[in-house]
Amino acid sequence: MRIQFKTSYNDDIRLFPDRWTLGVYTTLLVMAFALPLLIGEFYLGEVTNVLIWAIAGLGLMLLTGQAGQVSLGHAAFLAIGCYTNTILIEAGLSFILAFPLAGVITGMVGAIIAIPALRLHGIYLAIATIALSILADDIIVLLDPWTGGVSGKFPDMITIFGLEIERWSMPTRFYYLVLLVTILCTLFYRNLLRSPLGRAFAAVRDSEVSATAMGVHIARTKTKAFGLSCMITGWAGALMGYYAGAFNNETFSLVISITLLMMIVIGGLGSIHGAFFGAVVVAFLPQVLSILKGAVLGGGVAIPGLETGVFGMILILFILFEPMGIYGRWLKIRTWFELFPFARKDMFRRQKSYLKTERLR
Amino acid sequence: MEVLQLLVSGLANGCVYGLIALGFVLIYKATEAVNFAQGDFMMLGAFVTLGLTNAEYMHLPFWLAAPLAILIMAVLGYLLDYFVLRHLFGQSQTAVVILTIALGFVIRFVAGVIWGHEPQTLESPLAFGDVHLGSVVLGMADVAVIIVTVLMTLFLYQFFQRTKLGLAMQAASQNQMAAYYMGIPVKRVQGLIWGLSGATAAVAGILFASKGAIDPNVGLLGIKAFAAAVIGGFGSLPGALAGGLIVGVIEPFASRYFAAGYSQIAPYALLLIVLVVRPNGLFSQVRIKKV
Amino acid sequence: MSLLKIKDATLKFGGVVAVDDLSLSVEEGEIYAIVGPNGAGKSTVFNLISRFYQPFSGSISFDGQNLLDRSADQVADLGIARTFQNIELFDHATVLQNLLVGRHRHRKTSMVEELFFAPRVRREELAHREAVEEIIDFLDLQPYRDKMIAGLPYGVRKVVELGRALASGPSLLLLDEPASGLSVEETQDMRWWIDDIRKQMGITVLMVEHDMGLVSSVSDRVLALADGAKLAEGTPAQVQADPAVIEAYLGAGAV
Repeated sequence: MRIQFKTSYNDDIRLFPDRWTLGVYTTLLVMAFALPLLIGEFYLGEVTNVLIWAIAGLGLMLLTGQAGQVSLGHAAFLAIGCYTNTILIEAGLSFILAFPLAGVITGMVGAIIAIPALRLHGIYLAIATIALSILADDIIVLLDPWTGGVSGKFPDMITIFGLEIERWSMPTRFYYLVLLVTILCTLFYRNLLRSPLGRAFAAVRDSEVSATAMGVHIARTKTKAFGLSCMITGWAGALMGYYAGAFNNETFSLVISITLLMMIVIGGLGSIHGAFFGAVVVAFLPQVLSILKGAVLGGGVAIPGLETGVFGMILILFILFEPMGIYGRWLKIRTWFELFPFARKDMFRRQKSYLKTERLR
Repeated sequence: MEVLQLLVSGLANGCVYGLIALGFVLIYKATEAVNFAQGDFMMLGAFVTLGLTNAEYMHLPFWLAAPLAILIMAVLGYLLDYFVLRHLFGQSQTAVVILTIALGFVIRFVAGVIWGHEPQTLESPLAFGDVHLGSVVLGMADVAVIIVTVLMTLFLYQFFQRTKLGLAMQAASQNQMAAYYMGIPVKRVQGLIWGLSGATAAVAGILFASKGAIDPNVGLLGIKAFAAAVIGGFGSLPGALAGGLIVGVIEPFASRYFAAGYSQIAPYALLLIVLVVRPNGLFSQVRIKKV
Repeated sequence: MSLLKIKDATLKFGGVVAVDDLSLSVEEGEIYAIVGPNGAGKSTVFNLISRFYQPFSGSISFDGQNLLDRSADQVADLGIARTFQNIELFDHATVLQNLLVGRHRHRKTSMVEELFFAPRVRREELAHREAVEEIIDFLDLQPYRDKMIAGLPYGVRKVVELGRALASGPSLLLLDEPASGLSVEETQDMRWWIDDIRKQMGITVLMVEHDMGLVSSVSDRVLALADGAKLAEGTPAQVQADPAVIEAYLGAGAV
């Protein structure tokens, strides 16, 4: 078992609490950078997909896991990020400007949308965001002159100071671009967690009454949560556009919104790890299913709804048996090994609690 | 007369939304959970009836198949609570929301495997014949839908206001622990309400299938019905019906008088407006927590 | 000059008068207790000061400023901190994080600085943590420092809530039933802490409490409340001997 001896307040603030964790994550990072040397282009593309989903997951995790606001409409913000980025580049901006700006604009739109949503709680927020996701589809069609409507858009090749990046012909370069954005977003998330705003998010999530009494302005904090979450989601959307190579009004549907929320629940709500674990499930499930299907039924048999059905089943099993998601399970396994052979079965037993009405706020 | 025709067909559609919305509200009133799979329940109810009635499946007489389907759905609802939802005791509302969405995915998948994805028509005696009221011609199915919906709402309303079980259900939702201490078998009461909402979904499904063809994706109607329930105000049965009717009536009028594409948007746009003006629905039940 | 002054405050919920034309003033450096039967409006007075409720009429001023001009989240900025009767902690955060939220009113950094964790954010964080560690030492919370609130026993949560209020560095501390649900030993600890809070930190304390033993041992002045109106005010001994108070507690004819 590792025991930390803290000798300065910085020990609580630094990114990695001890040398062991620092070592683990450095190794992980080195491996991530060396990955193109280790695996083929097809799997590199799959890993890129995982990372893009993870960025989107981080965005939603910040809002739902950290600030406690459920959104079933984040596909709308993926769409805003994606379209804004493409439109800005078409307007003549270079990628290095357009891409960050696309995220910032998405964040601002998110913050504006948050203002009426601030008064909504629980299921009302859920349904309002569902409506948002459905409306986004129709609004994209109605804004045909800018968005290309049903026929959609094809993003141009990315050029950064003359360096060309394209998902199909240069998967390695695209992978590195996505990896850099992933690292940046993860850092943002970590930084928030160790500063006043991140704690204010958690305060709003757990008790609005006492957060107010401690001087936290609820509306302003929620607006910031929406804004930051949508900014990260917007970046993920822009990258998704490049990854898909073409997009239209149906690319960012309600199903994507729902998948995103399910993804972070499966991964483990409220943790950075959760976004990554969930992304792995979302990105690799279709591959695994098609391999299994090929083995059982032979190739060429299409079963509509199989992926969503199995995904739904996985989610139900997680909520029933491991509400903390994959990350929760991971923590338990790790603790078991750290304490070996002293781990007890009831160490992580959940507290029984009773539901109190949520009609009182 | 065109207006009247639009109005009536809108009302009939609205009644189906209203019936699904009733299912939402039933569960919300009694367990404070929101069942996003209610639309898929409706779809399943329709397919169970179809499977019992249609010639290529069991070929039972409709009037035997319909009650049987309602019973089957009631049992399914109870079992769902028994095996799944009961184990969420104490978890957040969000967990229930996301779980029922996932459940909808699973139901849709299973229905697709059993009955296929081609649209099918229920061989229902309600599907044929018209009713003439002056110059307005109504489909038999539309009339049946409206009548059954009104009866259903009255029955459920009386049930919650008058019967001991109905009151117990309301108490159980306000504070599980207190209700438990007052001698209400909270778990069994919640199982019964899930059964009741399953039966309601089956009724909605039978009526919906009498109006047109069905496929596993019609369950997505549930989202629109959910919007209806919110517009009417969650927690109020007549409110749910009213919300359903509003949404049902808006749609044909929007598609008749606005440009194409707007009729899809109209219910959700209305929903957002209602939520902005009255964040807890038109008939709010939220009160400020005492500290 | 009085630190907190409530003048002729009235609050009604529908037809029920929760606070009836109540006036009170808390002097700087004193421990002032409000007692009264359940439903007397004690917590309502706190909620008026916290600006959760808007009084029907009357005025509330703190440190010479009109409190009614402020919104609920600005009350903390003035230096008023409070605890809650039914414990309102941030359950899915650690004790340390809960106390750090108490420092929220002292934050100086902007959102963008925090995203990049600029050097200034680190400096500020170190200062916040130093302040919080002092509170942790003061309240003997070291064993629970990195524990989640959700797994802590009731008595400890009560102390954490006190700690969170202290972490904000208030000049007025509102304690809503600090000893309710505590064991005899825990109540004893609470008594010493309240005493030390005034003596060592110079914080004025206004508290609502049922435990008359605690009230009479720490408070300078006591206000007895019944049906939202003032019944008696004075030293603990005076109030306990007041016939009106005895009647309210024990019923007519007990005198």
